[in-house]
Amino acid sequence: MVRLADTPESLRFRLEELECHGYDTNPFVITPPLKQCRVAIISTAGLQQRGDQPFSWGSSDYRVISGDTPAADIVMSHVSSNFDRSGFQQDINVAFPIDRLRELAEQGTIESVADYHYAFMGATEPDAMAPTIERLIPLLKKDRVDAVLLAPV
Amino acid sequence: MGGLAHYLESGGIATTQISLVRLHTEITRPPRALWVSFELGRPFGPPNDADFQREVVLSALELLEAPSGPLIVDYPIDAPPSQGEVEGWACPISFETSPDETQSDHLLLSAEVSHLQPWFERSREARQRTTFGSSNLSLEQIVDLLAHSNADGMPDNPQPERPVADVIRDAAEDLKAFYFEAAAAQPGEASAAQMRSWFWNETYAAKLIRRLSETMSRSSDESMAFTGQALMVPRAEK
Repeated sequence: MVRLADTPESLRFRLEELECHGYDTNPFVITPPLKQCRVAIISTAGLQQRGDQPFSWGSSDYRVISGDTPAADIVMSHVSSNFDRSGFQQDINVAFPIDRLRELAEQGTIESVADYHYAFMGATEPDAMAPTIERLIPLLKKDRVDAVLLAPV
Repeated sequence: MGGLAHYLESGGIATTQISLVRLHTEITRPPRALWVSFELGRPFGPPNDADFQREVVLSALELLEAPSGPLIVDYPIDAPPSQGEVEGWACPISFETSPDETQSDHLLLSAEVSHLQPWFERSREARQRTTFGSSNLSLEQIVDLLAHSNADGMPDNPQPERPVADVIRDAAEDLKAFYFEAAAAQPGEASAAQMRSWFWNETYAAKLIRRLSETMSRSSDESMAFTGQALMVPRAEK
């Protein structure tokens, strides 16, 4: 278990100093009941399909993870070395809970899992990703996505 | 992460998210966030614990049914310690603590990698996957690149279409994935902290990466210097 107070001092200072800002508005989209929701994952763990171009410092683009990609073909190229990767190495669901979503769909807790999921490299300033997100929104809508589960790392 | 939620919601897509650093979430105020106390790198909890992970996912998804926001909900359960975690875990491969420094970096790193190779294969068999390979370089290319990058300069870039600093960083990260996966193949379960301690304190690879990081930090090339200063060695291990 790690809380901010328990992280190594050098990393804690970095996290506390990290420039982070709020927004003037608080958009809030109402979804259908959960059991009618089609869900996609957007990860900021720098995930990519094997063979994709690795992420670089400042990357604001995304990688597409097809819903049927075998776990063996999903790798990580996040630029930061300041987080644990051994959990992800053992089990992809630690950072990209695709199997858990599928189970929830099979149980009828959610309606379905999207055909496509997306990955960004989370060390990039979020505002730099805004134009990319704008291009992503029509694709999510075409995939009939009702809600996105945002997964940091 | 909160910023992405803001832009997605502005475009009409509902979001719910995991928060790892509550301080940041309190500032960005995304519409729905589930704060968890788990270690950075493990937003949905421990590996190979489907029940635990499913509860975390479900708790985050259930926030979608809240009538209004922004809201931050604290997940009340900490991640359990690894079931097979043993005190005083030691990697099955112990390397010479003081390798013969007269030997070349290439020879020393190659020897270490060779010792680990069979364990890496066991890991790949057991897990049916490996996270090695994000750099799109072979293990041989990685050893060549890292061992031949030194104070006298950097070697030829095996991926000339990309900045050499990026290629070196990706190579170092892939080499770490190889070491961590190989070390994890032994009986008993090491914690993330034990694995980090082993890698950064007991391997020649880490020694080489640290030295490379310092060399890169002194580069006149801005990208190279930044990569050396910030992206090669974790802050906690400097």
